[in-house]
Amino acid sequence: MKLGFSPAEEAFRAECADWLQAQMAGPFKDIKGISKLTASPERRKEWEQHLGEHRWSCIGWPVEWGGRGASLAEQVIFAEEYARAGVPGRVNHIGIELAGPTILTFGTEEQKQRFLPDIAAGRTIFCQGFSEPGAGSDLASVRTKGRLENGEWVVNGQKIWTSLAHISDWIFVVTRTEEGSKGPKGLTFLMMPIDQPGIEIRGITQINGDAEFNETFFTDARCPADSLIGGVGDGWKIAMGLLAFERGVSTLGQQMAFRNELDEIIAAARANGAAKDPLIRQRIAKAEIGLRLMRYGALRMLSNTDHSKIDGAALTYKIQWATWRRGLGELAMDVLGQAGEVAAGDEYEWDTLPNLFLYSRADTIYGGTNQIQRNLIAERGLGMPREPRGDV
Amino acid sequence: MHFAFTEEQAMIAETARAFFAENATSERTRKAMAGQGIDRALWQAFCQELGLSGIAIPEELGGAGLGMVEFAIVAEAAGAQVAAIPLLGHAMAARAIAAGGTAAQQAEWLPAMLGGEVIAACSGSNSVAATGDTLTGSFQFVPHGALAQVFVLRAGAGLWIVRADAPGVSITGHTTMDQTRPLATVTLDAAQGEALADSAAALQAAHEAGWICAAAEALGGAQACLDRTVDYAKERVQFGRPIGSFQAYKHRLADMMIEIEQARSAVYWAACAVDEQSDEAGIALHAAKSFAADTMFMCAGNMIQLHGGIGFTWEHDAHLYFKRARALQTMLGSGNAHREQVATMILGEAA
Ligand SMILES: Cc1cc2nc3c(=O)[nH]c(=O)nc-3n(C[C@H](O)[C@H](O)[C@H](O)COP(=O)(O)OP(=O)(O)OC[C@H]3O[C@@H](n4cnc5c(N)ncnc54)[C@H](O)[C@@H]3O)c2cc1C
Repeated sequence: MKLGFSPAEEAFRAECADWLQAQMAGPFKDIKGISKLTASPERRKEWEQHLGEHRWSCIGWPVEWGGRGASLAEQVIFAEEYARAGVPGRVNHIGIELAGPTILTFGTEEQKQRFLPDIAAGRTIFCQGFSEPGAGSDLASVRTKGRLENGEWVVNGQKIWTSLAHISDWIFVVTRTEEGSKGPKGLTFLMMPIDQPGIEIRGITQINGDAEFNETFFTDARCPADSLIGGVGDGWKIAMGLLAFERGVSTLGQQMAFRNELDEIIAAARANGAAKDPLIRQRIAKAEIGLRLMRYGALRMLSNTDHSKIDGAALTYKIQWATWRRGLGELAMDVLGQAGEVAAGDEYEWDTLPNLFLYSRADTIYGGTNQIQRNLIAERGLGMPREPRGDV
Repeated sequence: MHFAFTEEQAMIAETARAFFAENATSERTRKAMAGQGIDRALWQAFCQELGLSGIAIPEELGGAGLGMVEFAIVAEAAGAQVAAIPLLGHAMAARAIAAGGTAAQQAEWLPAMLGGEVIAACSGSNSVAATGDTLTGSFQFVPHGALAQVFVLRAGAGLWIVRADAPGVSITGHTTMDQTRPLATVTLDAAQGEALADSAAALQAAHEAGWICAAAEALGGAQACLDRTVDYAKERVQFGRPIGSFQAYKHRLADMMIEIEQARSAVYWAACAVDEQSDEAGIALHAAKSFAADTMFMCAGNMIQLHGGIGFTWEHDAHLYFKRARALQTMLGSGNAHREQVATMILGEAA
């Protein structure tokens, strides 16, 4: 066991920090510190491309696809320095963290060539079309239909909660391609260009007044026959493989963003005297400890090379961070008091901490709700019987 | 950076696990509980056959020369079986003497302690007065204090070695809720002490060993509570189904695992931070002690609830874990006290 980084890795850290800070002080000053996923989309697409040009976009990917073949430790370091420099989250996070690794693992050579360099260069922004009105936690009950017709896939149906679809170029969709099939069988994973007459996107306003997610309607939407990842009927396998990538190195960058949020709470508590309240002190200490443990949990998960056993750190990671952050939002409001309930201007728009309070309610829902996480932990991690299924 | 066991560490873990699982059985632990709260044969075997009593003591002082990570591995395995051994006081005293004792003190005490011939206990007090080389006052709640032949005691800022048989030393053992680690009051009336040469270094070493021992034992204990409850969940049938198929039940098991995984990160983070002399060591130790003890308590409480009536019996081992967890939460600084230390680090002093 070893936590420290080598001198070469520390040098790499300095290189990352220097470059990122220089960008945030210079050409991309205007987007520094943005915490909302929907703010300044055009500038942030430029930032994606800027990262790509300097090969800082997907450093863990092989060099031939626009990465640097960076080691795990280097990826950890980059993710940490990224958030430390106040760089906003990646608008293409679904492309670089989900679509890219999925194509890298399951795609054909031709698909790799077609997509990976463009994702790494920030030219192709992806969104995720899994959920449907009737298929949320129960993803396997998707009904959006796909059929092959004259060498093309034709897709009909509806997805919902599609984050950032309105600024994306491509969407990957789980479709039912076998007529009459049920559950995880008969599904196919397709990649579709969004800019076409058969796809319509309508924004959905969220509890914080923002509209990050959308309804996505497919009416004879089309994509070429070779747009599927894996084979026809492999959709479930690919979708599950993709969800496993969600626990990658990027989680460490996310934690540094959490660090910034906690630091803001600490500063607010100091400024308004809440830092003297013994109960607030206990909660801030708990939040600090929880955040550190998240980091070391992630490092354990990333260091684990024994994939023959269930990795408890990985399996419990989602619910751990989601619950922690939801608690952080509540702590923020307890520190701010009523000042947290008043917007800065006339618009229904919130500063980082009140927005954290509102937004973090989603953390325990998307990517598998806390209840679903507990089912998974009990079933996969502890061998408990599976939940009974109704027959719908 | 590689935050996973090395092959050697995995081997130590397996050896320690097997040793305690085989020897620290419920039957033997209960015999110890009915007696003086120690399984002497187990402690002898641990010190002599297994040779792990000096795992984090330098080789030149007769130890294995490994670090806090390896020590945590051993303490975790002992905690998993609520073993009735004086590991906590031993580790604190041995590390204190190794870090802050004179060569003569090390030569006099360490071989006998590591060999299991001498049992040591540790405690601290702010009201015990030192006059020259004599100490007056009392130390309360000393773990395994009634069995010790030697004490390493903190009186104010100084650390002292005091022999249990020195004139002026009186020891009262107490019937203790956790019978695997009975507490004693040690009263000194102008008793002769021998100051450790470097008390600051000794105190730090003792704290590190004590907090990591408590945290690692709690981690092992918590995991054992979960493992045993998982077994029961598969066996016990109600309403025509195994009770583990009820979602309310499953979710409580999941919650235990979520806490345990964090406790595991905490314990090994703290151990690594101490070994690597990281500037995070302070916060890591406070985090590990408070988080792991709370985790074990949560798991032990759930263990009783999820076993139903049988979990409330003397016969079932659930209460051993429950009582050990309660003791670990309080000893060596409560969770609130450790979190207040963390708060002070990041917020400054309270009012
Ligand atoms: C901000 C945000 C962004 C999102 N982005 C995307 C995206 O980009 N792409 C995408 O495809 N999806 C996205 N989602 C959708 C998200 O994955 C789903 O909302 C989630 O999977 C839950 O599905 P649901 O909303 O249909 O709720 P339901 O599945 O209807 O759940 C309702 C309640 O029932 C509980 N429940 C359901 N099943 C069980 C069970 N077996 N046991 C116990 N309790 C159960 C749930 O925990 C929940 O509390 C996003 C969601 C949010 C909030």
